[in-house]
Amino acid sequence: MNVKSSPHLAVQPTVAQVMRDVLLALIPGVAAYVLFFGPGVLLNLALAAASCLAFEAAALRLRGKPLRPFLGDLSALLTGALLALALPPGAPWWLVATGCFFAMVLGKHLFGGLGYNPFNPAMVGFVVLLISFPLEMTRWPGPQPLWDAATDALSSATPLDHVRTQLGLGRTLAEIGGDAPLGWLAGRGWEWVSLGYLAGGLWLLARRTIRWQIPAGVLGGLFLTALAFWAADGDRYASPPFHLLSGAAMLGAFFIATDPVTAATTPRGRLLYGLGIGVLTYAIRTWGNYPDAIAFAVLLLNICAPTIDRYTQPRVYGHRPRQEP
Amino acid sequence: MNTPPRIYGFRGGLHLPGHKEESTRTPIRPAPVPPVLVLPLQQHIGAPAKPVVKVGDRVLRGQTVAAAEGYVSAYIHASSSGTVAAIEDRPIAHPSGLSGPCLAIRTDGLDEALAQPEWEPCADCTKLDPAELRARVRRAGIVGLGGAAFPSFIKLNPGRPVDTLVINGAECEPYITCDQLLMAERADEIVAGARAILHAVGAQRCLFGVEDNKPDAIGALRAAAQADPRIEIAVVPTRYPQGGEKQLIQALTGREVPSVGLPLDIGIVCHNPGTARAVWRAIRYAEPLTARVVTVTGGGIRAPQNFEARIGTPIAFLIEQAGGTVGETAAPIMGGPMMGFSLRSTDVPMVKATNCVLVLPRAEVRDPAPAMPCIRCGACVEVCPIGLLPQQLYWFARGREFEKAEAHHLFDCIECGCCAQVCPSHIPLVQYYRYAKTEIWAEEREKRKADEARERFEARQARLEREERAKEEARRKKKEALAARTAAPKSVPAPLVGEGQGEGAAAPPTPNPLPQGEGEAR
Repeated sequence: MNVKSSPHLAVQPTVAQVMRDVLLALIPGVAAYVLFFGPGVLLNLALAAASCLAFEAAALRLRGKPLRPFLGDLSALLTGALLALALPPGAPWWLVATGCFFAMVLGKHLFGGLGYNPFNPAMVGFVVLLISFPLEMTRWPGPQPLWDAATDALSSATPLDHVRTQLGLGRTLAEIGGDAPLGWLAGRGWEWVSLGYLAGGLWLLARRTIRWQIPAGVLGGLFLTALAFWAADGDRYASPPFHLLSGAAMLGAFFIATDPVTAATTPRGRLLYGLGIGVLTYAIRTWGNYPDAIAFAVLLLNICAPTIDRYTQPRVYGHRPRQEP
Repeated sequence: MNTPPRIYGFRGGLHLPGHKEESTRTPIRPAPVPPVLVLPLQQHIGAPAKPVVKVGDRVLRGQTVAAAEGYVSAYIHASSSGTVAAIEDRPIAHPSGLSGPCLAIRTDGLDEALAQPEWEPCADCTKLDPAELRARVRRAGIVGLGGAAFPSFIKLNPGRPVDTLVINGAECEPYITCDQLLMAERADEIVAGARAILHAVGAQRCLFGVEDNKPDAIGALRAAAQADPRIEIAVVPTRYPQGGEKQLIQALTGREVPSVGLPLDIGIVCHNPGTARAVWRAIRYAEPLTARVVTVTGGGIRAPQNFEARIGTPIAFLIEQAGGTVGETAAPIMGGPMMGFSLRSTDVPMVKATNCVLVLPRAEVRDPAPAMPCIRCGACVEVCPIGLLPQQLYWFARGREFEKAEAHHLFDCIECGCCAQVCPSHIPLVQYYRYAKTEIWAEEREKRKADEARERFEARQARLEREERAKEEARRKKKEALAARTAAPKSVPAPLVGEGQGEGAAAPPTPNPLPQGEGEAR
């Protein structure tokens, strides 16, 4: 007879289900993306998905691991999707493939594959590209809504970049407010993409696929820091809603920072981890050399995650508070 | 009449499909006496009982066949009449699948009881001195029927003030319904037992904790306890592992049992309803524990139901009584699906602690596919009722970093299985914790052994030095004496005698065979 250890009941959730949920939750954001910026992003997604699966398969083969369970867990697909969404639509194919290579091989399999990587693989790939190919990585198309074929698809600065540059030129936010890349709350079109990610993220929360602590931390940290500076000098520091709905804030808060493998795991630790990402994102956006900063902030907090976990252990039943070994 | 008791709840936990209906459609049915009863001599925590009958003796129902050996031990009685067929090692229900000393009775079908019980029945337990009450509970061989099988009389002897008695009728594990039916059918006996225990421990308040999925049990208990203002029936929301002693105490009183402590440390004693009823019957009718209610259930059982079965009944016999198995089944489980252990064979007897025999269809049990790596999703952290970090404990157990595992409170784990049940990577987490615990225990044993060896070695070294010094001393004295003799002109031969004595004193150490022998022995 097949004797086993308790508990005996079949287990329902699987890793693939978790990853599939996260992939499905990207749909509203991607839909808004296509609506406002054209179908270019879909090409990115297809290319990245194929590359990541190919690199994952190759790495598994080289490591002598079984292909089926690990390709089927959908984690490579998710990494590809997140990386694709971080790249400018219409990026050259080799850029996407290079990013995927660094994400899967350097970011994931060199550390031992799923579950063993200390850094978010998609962000590793993204940062490698950002540093190595700054020109290609900053060539973003302007809004090109599907319903308005007349709009030209010239490349333009992202809203974050635009605000940054213009502030550097000595203009005030009130003056910049009417510029082309800006919409009613943040960037034209981008604000809707962000709201799409927000909707997907809330769905993930409702399904309890992700927990509230990390998104709340990221958005809270970003919001509160932005609020403090904006309140002090509204002419030089962008508003909290602008920060929340620009760049990768929503994507980062709900989809990137929540990557469980590389995040802190204790409930309090996750809140701190998120707060760290939020505050750091604001700091790098405002005083750093890059217009957006989610990737850097996530990677930096990845380093801190084990330490955060260590100091945020929950109180254990029957132990007095603050009684640590 | 009075306000319902406040419910404090507990941390974490899970909603699991109850599967209680299958086995509660019919009332508890007395199971027939099997042809052979096998009574393991250790059905309880503590020392095995010592047989007081011989092979070939005729025994009657209720007769003591093995006596408690030492304080933490329990009496064992013949569950029916018959002949002692063997006293030998037989397979027993144990996670290890090992055998243990057993006493087998070939029953005669007469089920004849002792004409005169081994102690006096007592109509009013409150007239009984608590010490006498405990003595009778001890003689009746009563152990905790919830599963731990700790000798009950010890818990009736707190030696410390107890303010609250908790009767654990939560029965939170899926499938198991023996307590539920017992509470519904014999509420008066359980309440009477609770009163007896209140008297024994000197407590003034009794809280019954029952999950809200057992309305029949709640109604019966309320009716039975109506007359006694000390007894409250607390209805708790159904959530696993509510029936864990620590969890139920927290849910009912808001108090936490200290780590590595007992409920007694916070003035609480906790008993199972079946135990309370057994206590009552032991006092009222002088009846030892020879039978208990056991649930035989699961999708692999043709007619799931509850039996009042004799202790020592083979599991295979019970399954037969429930109509046998249907379809392709997994290994039978003794206990519930969350904390029970699977049996290698059904040719083992049920014991005092056996609350359930669960036979699941193969498709409903955990699939043996290899686990995926941990993705640190933290689902386990959310459900841990103790507040542990199961994923960290897993890493430490896997990496054999046992010190870290201990620092992360490995030994506070109650092995409820919630973490493993929600793990998307299907990692058998509890198995890792058991492994780490046994490794740590083994290490401690090794360390103790090494310490003892070192102490022995140091003692030997010290003794050798002492002896060396004594020899040295003797030599010096001899030399002095010699010097004195040569210095002094010829005198009486008295020093010769002294010399001889000196030699004699130094003699034993020189051959020194013992230490060498010691060294070899090691």
